[in-house]
Amino acid sequence: MSEHEVTVTINGEKVTKTVEARTLLVHFIREDLSLTGTHIGCDTTSCGACTVLVCGKPVKSCTMFAVQADGADIETIEGLAAGGELHPLQEGFWEKHGLQCGYCTPGMIMSAKGFLAENPTPTEDEIRHGISGNLCRCTGYNKIVEAIQYAAEKLQASEGGE
Amino acid sequence: MIPGAFDYHSPTSLDEALSLLKQHSGDAKILAGGQSLIPAMRFRLAVPTTLIDINRLADLRYIEERGDHLAIGAMTLESALEDAAVVGQSYVLLHDTAAVIADPLVRNMATVGGNIAHADPANDHPATMLAYNATVVAKGPNGERTIAIDDFFTGLFENALAEDEILTEIRIPKPSAGSGGAYTKFERKVGDYAISAAAVQLRLDGNTVAEVRIGLTNVSAVPMRAPDAETALLGRPADAGTIEAAGQAAAAESDPSPDLRGSIDYKRDVTRVMVKRSIEKAVARAKGGN
Amino acid sequence: MAQLDDRKEHHSELGEGVSANVPTTDEVQIKTPEKICGMGHRKKRKEDPRFLQGKGNYVDDVKLPGMLYMDIVRSPYAHAKINSIDASAALEMDGVLAVITGEDLKAAGDLHWMPTLMSDTQMVLPIDKVIYYAQEVCAVIATSRYIAADAIEQVYVDYEPLDAVVDPFEALKDDVIVREDKENKTNHIWHWEAGDKAATDAVFNDAATVVKEKLYIPRIHVSSIETCGMVANYNKAREHMQIYMTSQAPHAHRTVFALVSGLPEHKIQIISPDIGGGFGGKVPVYPGYVICAVASLVTGKPVKWIEDRSENLQADSFARDYHIEAEMAADNDGKITGLRVKTLSDCGAADAAANPSKFPAGLYSICTGSYDMKAAHVEVDGVYTTKPPGGVAYRCSFRVTEAVHMVERMADIMAHELGEDPADFRLKNFIRPDQFPYKSPTGWDYDSGNYEAALNKAMDMLDYRALRKEQEEKRARGELMGIGISSFTEVVGAGPSKDYDILGIKMFDSAEIRIHPTGKAMARFGTKSQGQGHETTYAQIVAEELGLPADDIEVEEGDTDTAPYGLGTYASRSTPTAGAAAVMAARKIKAKAKKIAAHLLEVGEDDLEWNVDRFQVKGSPDQAKTIQDIAFAAYTNHPQGMEAGLEAVDYYDPPNLTFPFGSYICVVDIDKGTGDVKVRRFVAVDDCGHIINPLIVEGQIHGGLTMGLAPALYEEIVYDENGQNLTGTFADYLVPTAVESPKWELGKTITPSPHHPIGAKGVGESPTVGAPPAIANAVVDALWHLGVRHVDIPITPEKVWKLLRDNGVTD
Repeated sequence: MSEHEVTVTINGEKVTKTVEARTLLVHFIREDLSLTGTHIGCDTTSCGACTVLVCGKPVKSCTMFAVQADGADIETIEGLAAGGELHPLQEGFWEKHGLQCGYCTPGMIMSAKGFLAENPTPTEDEIRHGISGNLCRCTGYNKIVEAIQYAAEKLQASEGGE
Repeated sequence: MIPGAFDYHSPTSLDEALSLLKQHSGDAKILAGGQSLIPAMRFRLAVPTTLIDINRLADLRYIEERGDHLAIGAMTLESALEDAAVVGQSYVLLHDTAAVIADPLVRNMATVGGNIAHADPANDHPATMLAYNATVVAKGPNGERTIAIDDFFTGLFENALAEDEILTEIRIPKPSAGSGGAYTKFERKVGDYAISAAAVQLRLDGNTVAEVRIGLTNVSAVPMRAPDAETALLGRPADAGTIEAAGQAAAAESDPSPDLRGSIDYKRDVTRVMVKRSIEKAVARAKGGN
Repeated sequence: MAQLDDRKEHHSELGEGVSANVPTTDEVQIKTPEKICGMGHRKKRKEDPRFLQGKGNYVDDVKLPGMLYMDIVRSPYAHAKINSIDASAALEMDGVLAVITGEDLKAAGDLHWMPTLMSDTQMVLPIDKVIYYAQEVCAVIATSRYIAADAIEQVYVDYEPLDAVVDPFEALKDDVIVREDKENKTNHIWHWEAGDKAATDAVFNDAATVVKEKLYIPRIHVSSIETCGMVANYNKAREHMQIYMTSQAPHAHRTVFALVSGLPEHKIQIISPDIGGGFGGKVPVYPGYVICAVASLVTGKPVKWIEDRSENLQADSFARDYHIEAEMAADNDGKITGLRVKTLSDCGAADAAANPSKFPAGLYSICTGSYDMKAAHVEVDGVYTTKPPGGVAYRCSFRVTEAVHMVERMADIMAHELGEDPADFRLKNFIRPDQFPYKSPTGWDYDSGNYEAALNKAMDMLDYRALRKEQEEKRARGELMGIGISSFTEVVGAGPSKDYDILGIKMFDSAEIRIHPTGKAMARFGTKSQGQGHETTYAQIVAEELGLPADDIEVEEGDTDTAPYGLGTYASRSTPTAGAAAVMAARKIKAKAKKIAAHLLEVGEDDLEWNVDRFQVKGSPDQAKTIQDIAFAAYTNHPQGMEAGLEAVDYYDPPNLTFPFGSYICVVDIDKGTGDVKVRRFVAVDDCGHIINPLIVEGQIHGGLTMGLAPALYEEIVYDENGQNLTGTFADYLVPTAVESPKWELGKTITPSPHHPIGAKGVGESPTVGAPPAIANAVVDALWHLGVRHVDIPITPEKVWKLLRDNGVTD
């Protein structure tokens, strides 16, 4: 049973911790890094509540070991609002009522962020497929789609900046 | 929910990975995308004492057309496959498949090599590679060798790799003029395994089927082709009657297990429908449509 | 737009005698400017900023110094004797502090059994035998989550498997007794009836047409994205138990804990922080909670227990599992005359559904629905099986989902049998607006309704007649298209104290409002939002009444130390009960405010009139005092002889339930190859009375519709013949994604409740109630011409495929 030193850049900050090899990335983020915005909703890699960006890609952090993320850039929901200003996705989810209990929301937003980076002008159908790895029980998805459309427009308007 | 403890290695070269594999033979598992392995470990259905993480072998991530074939590095992400222009243009069956593997988040970690090496008939690549007559490249302590896809799947979760070998590349022959391919999958919901799915790659000569290979997903213990269905098509015109006959042949030769996804009869009939729809799409594409 | 009467103050008065004609509108009423943001405004939610930034505080986010972790060993058998539990290997592990068994709980004061919310009993931990798969067998307490997970693998339980009994009809034979602990060795728990049997039989004897059908509504699981959990923190020095818990009803839970544990109630604090979805699944008291609290008591340290998804799916409360035999009678004119229903309720291993205590079958007798009929009789029997206990945990309004599914299917079968268009059949049979308040044959007093307006609106929204033409044309070409309607009547807001209690605690609810000197306010409630937006909607209600900007009102729920006593949030009861309490408390404050205003303005109270946010002198509006002026004066210049301060509490006892309603229309296309059902369009017209926040109401409806689609097409808990759960993870329990969930189209009508102070009715569960039969009706409608009369939900592609092939249809 090996232990390893893991260094990650988490929301722009470099942190080093020692962990068991088997520590899941989601537990590393929630417990070792004390960032509890990323949530756990299942045990079969089905719900996406644990989605974070690893080197810019949205992945399910429950299905990755922390040791695999050594040297990586990780972005979580806590890092999204830059300088106190909400990201267009956060704004969109607020404006369009894209959340109710809030539990799937961090994973949903990070998933959407990764999706929009690859597909900045998506159709509704593409958005629905893009977030098909994230389950929500509360919203029925309509307003999540509207929130992402809002953010896509806003991001395009600011000329691809974010 | 929490995996058992293990020793972890993260080699930075293929040779290092191979030597670790030899050193820990019997106890070690290769960690590629981990999207099948880690869930199994979390339920303690897989309890390897050693994990060899090959994600740092950047040399194994590529998609390159090399003359008469497409070479895909084993560690290529499924999402990279989905995005690759050459795949979308010239390997449309593969493009179809890449879009329906699991869900978009899983595709950001899952690898082509992992999907194939797992030798799970429920995965989507095995049937696809069978349809393409792909070749697997493996590297071991004694060097590199190629394995024809028809010889690769040897049993349920069993492949032709030796214990000390790692799958490094998959080669797909470039389809010639008049070719078309398609993958049609019916699943209960996005992210599920197929109730049944069919991969078809064919070449038309006029309206006659000159060449065809068909692979079926999740209707057998070992990833299978549908030779009777292929025979029903070969040398015949690609019309509704022939296509229906091919579908029926595929249904008859499939060997599904009953489970929550369906009874044997249902899965067989869905196989018939998937094969038909894949053939129809492949034919349309062969003729220049999409 | 019609005027509404001034709401009269109701306390324990029946709704009858109120104006029979409550007008229907479809424009949301807005009477306050945006800066105050009272009712009707599409206000962005006040609670969102913390969720959007990952700063929510859910139970698993709670970290206390020295906290221990609990994990549970669960039974792999549905029915087995326990010969021994050997935890020695686990106890030897580093970091394992204790293993708690049934024997330990028994020794600690008979805590190995606990009461259920239906006054049955349920094992916390077993001593002799287990009676459902995944039942809790013992618990490990360790210093880390990971060590606890390792430790449960090191506990060896010697089981002797017994025959399971999974089929409730088999269970009725009493060959395998589930509850050996009961004096009466029978699996039959209770029998319940409503309506008039003799009158109903007479109606059926005279009927021109009778349709009969068997319907099975299978078990489903609510699957909130957050599972259940607790952090129990017993402070030995203070003899005080602090509990963080995923609870929809923290006060009721506190009282139950006090009664069960013997800990004095004033020394128990339950904090229900942010909850990641409830839908009824966080109302029952699960064994894990009790064990966790005991573990903290015993160790004197905080103990955290968070269940895995598989534990949640396999052991926690289910919903539905009703086996129904229904008959509907009609006369020569195609008017429904009666309904006769027999039902078997599969309760699992204990009667633990979270129903009001006098209602073992919940509000199931609402099953005459939106139709006027002469007579009805419904009887239900509850039975034990070797499956987890529960019954109402999935947004079901206390069995209204089952009742409505049944009556909407039967109405559709009758319509098709008579060769009538299902929409016209309903329009003919609806209770008419002038019949309200309406006494149903099973004793309900429907407060208000306008069913034809809702159905007509839904039909307009998708050009129903044109769709019927399209269907005809498609059918001629062999294409399968179906249109299904569901015109439901809901019943929510439990409930009036004369009939409604949970374990004896009456189902009132409460609001406490306090305005600070600088004109800001705090409002606390006995309910507990799990995503319904109370921090915003309650603020809007108070803003409407008192003219304080909603942003100046801080809403709190969930801490039993500070919130007034309430029965919690489920069954769409919050707006009808606590929302009303907020209004009544606000009006008490307003009455005092008027006195203070009169004092400040040196006029008589009768000289004053209220205008949005101020009292002004009649005829002299510039002589006014705003609510903020009054608040300040309440602390600095209150009239002599009057108490200072500006606050009030109200415990609201609703005079009746409320009856939201709606009409949904679903259009499906069926794939003849695979049997796949594609929802092409779904239009939902809801009427929940006056709307507090349309944005939030839309969200509730969308969410409920997806939770209606799910059991209609995807979700089912499946057991094998040995009682093993085959759908125990999200790999096989199919929760819809954004791809399966269609683009819902919404419409509304507004028919206020005549007895609710603001005419609001509640809406959260209407869509889960109304959607499944709309979808089921659409599928059967598509296949009726082939001879198909009924399909049970979930309508899987294979079920449809089998019907097609059996009737000679292929691709």
